Amino acid sequence: MTSQQPDSHPEYTASNGGRVVMDDVAIRRALMRIAHEILERCENLERLYLVAIPNGGVPLARQLAVNIKQIADVDVVVGILDTTLYRDDLKLKAERPLLRETEMPSAVDDRIVILVDDVLKTGRTIRAAMDALMDFGRPSSVQVVGLVDRGHRELPIKLDYVGKNVPTQPDEEVRMSGLAGDLDGALEVVVVPGRPESSGGKR
Amino acid sequence: MIGRDLLGIEDLDRAEIERILETAEHMREVGRRVVKKVPTLRGRTIVNLFFEASTRTKASFEIAGKRLSADVVNFSASSSSMKKSESILDTARTLEAMDPDAVVVRHAVAGVPKQIADVLAAPVINAGDGAHEHPTQALLDLLTVKLEKGRIDGLTVAIVGDILHSRVARSNIYAFGKMGAEVRICAPPSMIPAAIETLGVKAFTSLREAIDGVDVVMALRIQNERLSGTYLPSVREYSATYGIDREKLKFAKDDAIVMHPGPVNRGVELSHDLTDHRPSVILDQVRNGVAIRMAVLYLLSGRRQEGEPKLELETGEEK
Amino acid sequence: MSEQRIWIRGGRILDPAAERDEPGDMLIEGGVIAAIGAQLDVRDAEAIDARGAWIAPGFVDLHTHLREPGQEYKEDIASGGRSAVAGGFVAVACMANTQPVNDDPAMTDYIIDRGKQESPARVYPIAAATHGLEGAVMTEMSALVDAGAVAFSDDGKTIMDAGVMRRVLEYSRIVGSPVITHGEDRHLVAGGVVNEGPISTRLGLPGNPAVAEEVLIVRDLMLAELTGAHLHIAHVSTKGAVAAIRQARDRGVHVTAEVTPHHLVLTDEAVLGYNTNAKVAPPLRSAADVLACRAGLVDGTIDAIATDHAPHAVHEKDLEFTEAPPGMIGFETAFPVVLDLVRGGELSPLELMRRLSTNPAKIFNLPGGSLAIGAPADVVVLDPEVRWTYDPAKGYSKSRNSPWAGQTLTGRAISTIVAGRLVYDVARGVLFP
Repeated sequence: MTSQQPDSHPEYTASNGGRVVMDDVAIRRALMRIAHEILERCENLERLYLVAIPNGGVPLARQLAVNIKQIADVDVVVGILDTTLYRDDLKLKAERPLLRETEMPSAVDDRIVILVDDVLKTGRTIRAAMDALMDFGRPSSVQVVGLVDRGHRELPIKLDYVGKNVPTQPDEEVRMSGLAGDLDGALEVVVVPGRPESSGGKR
Repeated sequence: MIGRDLLGIEDLDRAEIERILETAEHMREVGRRVVKKVPTLRGRTIVNLFFEASTRTKASFEIAGKRLSADVVNFSASSSSMKKSESILDTARTLEAMDPDAVVVRHAVAGVPKQIADVLAAPVINAGDGAHEHPTQALLDLLTVKLEKGRIDGLTVAIVGDILHSRVARSNIYAFGKMGAEVRICAPPSMIPAAIETLGVKAFTSLREAIDGVDVVMALRIQNERLSGTYLPSVREYSATYGIDREKLKFAKDDAIVMHPGPVNRGVELSHDLTDHRPSVILDQVRNGVAIRMAVLYLLSGRRQEGEPKLELETGEEK
Repeated sequence: MSEQRIWIRGGRILDPAAERDEPGDMLIEGGVIAAIGAQLDVRDAEAIDARGAWIAPGFVDLHTHLREPGQEYKEDIASGGRSAVAGGFVAVACMANTQPVNDDPAMTDYIIDRGKQESPARVYPIAAATHGLEGAVMTEMSALVDAGAVAFSDDGKTIMDAGVMRRVLEYSRIVGSPVITHGEDRHLVAGGVVNEGPISTRLGLPGNPAVAEEVLIVRDLMLAELTGAHLHIAHVSTKGAVAAIRQARDRGVHVTAEVTPHHLVLTDEAVLGYNTNAKVAPPLRSAADVLACRAGLVDGTIDAIATDHAPHAVHEKDLEFTEAPPGMIGFETAFPVVLDLVRGGELSPLELMRRLSTNPAKIFNLPGGSLAIGAPADVVVLDPEVRWTYDPAKGYSKSRNSPWAGQTLTGRAISTIVAGRLVYDVARGVLFP
């Protein structure tokens, strides 16, 4: 069951030529709301395991952990799981993508794993993440947080918690920027027009 | 880098080396998981074409390929074209029929991987050719030093042993040089290659001078044939003059590390006690070897797009 | 013996024997040079247009391998002879390392016979200096000379026993024939396959040091001095050897020397990439060695250019670098390659021709090297400007092992006449036998 909130801030054009669909304030509000939703649905907080998909999922998962601590005074484990080695499109790409960090401080057996990603489109990244998770162990359940859902699913993957639904053209790119900074840096989600031969990862 | 050969460090630039090292660090993490396998090269075929006997390197490549879920095929061909009916190049050509995604070649004669790469469409990875190069060894040596010291720039490395016949020495000379280290080589005069300074190293015949103040001491294996009296008079004399033990190590920096490509001739190149204990990092080298080979297989394996020529030099750019 | 009348028109006559370099026509008739002059008026003759071309004595190659008998799969006297005339060579001296070795008069007879029947170029056998090329017992030099041998050599199987070499040189004085030495001390070569230097270090291949040649040549020069024999030094490749030969000549030693086209132009860098077609013995050397060889050829320390034409089959060269046999074919590329010395201003055309024909003939006491009226017509017409792409598969040798395969060369033999008969023409190919 997804829940959506109408965004009360008007959308405006960013300096890099894109269209900002979520600014820093909107993101923070959404993360707070999602934290509440997680707590509402989850009975055994000790079994929660937030697993971030780099790069965008990392600050989001960390902020969620901070929020959950604030609301329910529970320390939730945060892991990072790079899905690059599990991608289904490596044979099609001209070059090998860069690998990112993986750090799983806890085993996944019997855990309620909540995958956290910034933008969801085709669903393939989540599919890859689930394959990776299965190699780590046997979670008791897997749920998905996506900050932005831009539609165009190619696989039967659903989101359990959404920040915002953003309709887009398939060739447009949706990116979260400000990732170089830490949690306190401003984040924003930007839609940019697509390049003719976009080999950006299918998400 | 897909579809490109890895024939030697001489052909790589610093950016490419860093890319491989970075990728290998991630592959190390895979080796720490319970399920040490990722599906990345599932269904790909990697052929190990080893004309020269090798247990360690071959096993390392095999493990690396299997951790990436590739199908690894081992071809142990006889060592010389003269000893069998099929020449090495004919053997390589018949591999085309198997449509391999990567071919790993080791041979006792320099240049064979290049000669094979010239006839194969698949990428060729040099696992050691004569006295020429052993690129994955140098890469794992770089990674080991990087993880120990946090950097390579500005370090001093001394390579000690039969430099003349050593592919490990040559690859490391290129590798550490390109990454900003100062490289010294130390050997008896008969084992210093001609014009070695043109590769950017300082040559020493005195061990004491060579390892004075160095951060890394790399000992090379001495082969028995060399000890028979032509290049060197005896084992005893070699180990007294060039063997590394804790006493001699005092001339290096206090936190210097000791490396060896293996297998170690205990008591000859390294004392027994140095072989098994810190500051020797030999086991780390082996572990890092799998990670490096996984990184190389990940980055290189796969056919180039139809119609694209097999380029020698190319920098992979992440889009 | 030929009845052809050939009129070569409008060329540049280059006759080193007469010190003549001037424009002119040449008439060949009855197997000899009948007339040379400006604008001859001739009827009823085969006309060769030599405008822009050189007319010179046919080349004489003192060092070749024709592989017959025994290895006819890579070359034989017929194919070797055809390749030779396609390169402008009218006469070739062939080495004794055949199977069986040419160390007895019957074998020498056989080669001469085969040459007469099959080869458009004249074939002069070089007999072995020792039986079986084993470096121990000398061959019957008188009998061999009577059978037609023009010189003696163990070539690549250098006579390592200095005592044996001394006796060989001494004995050779009976016949006065040159003893040819291939200067490589086997123990210093020690399995080296590439010049010892920065290139061998980079390639990780065993190195063959210059001193391996120098040591042996100095030894043989001193033995030649001691014995008074005629020592001929094959394929000089090092600076040290050139210097030693120069000093020996100054002392009056009876020494002559040859150099190959490849040692005048290529350095050890040609081996980069493990190109087995650039693997040769002695190996290609450093730039300094190449310069010294060029200077030696120019100042007369080295008398002649000889190709060391050494065919090997494709499957033989298609091996690991240490296993591939050394050698390259050379007849059809010799002229364009050595033309580099004329282009570079080091030699005049006349001086180059001297080193390709007059000098070699003189050293081995062979006919040729002259355009005198009445002399047998061994003539080559050369175009020094034509650009062409060399494809060994289209050449006349059975083998293809050349580092110039696929390259564009400048200069080519366009007609070759042996004993007054046109045997090669670039448009029509080899015409005889």
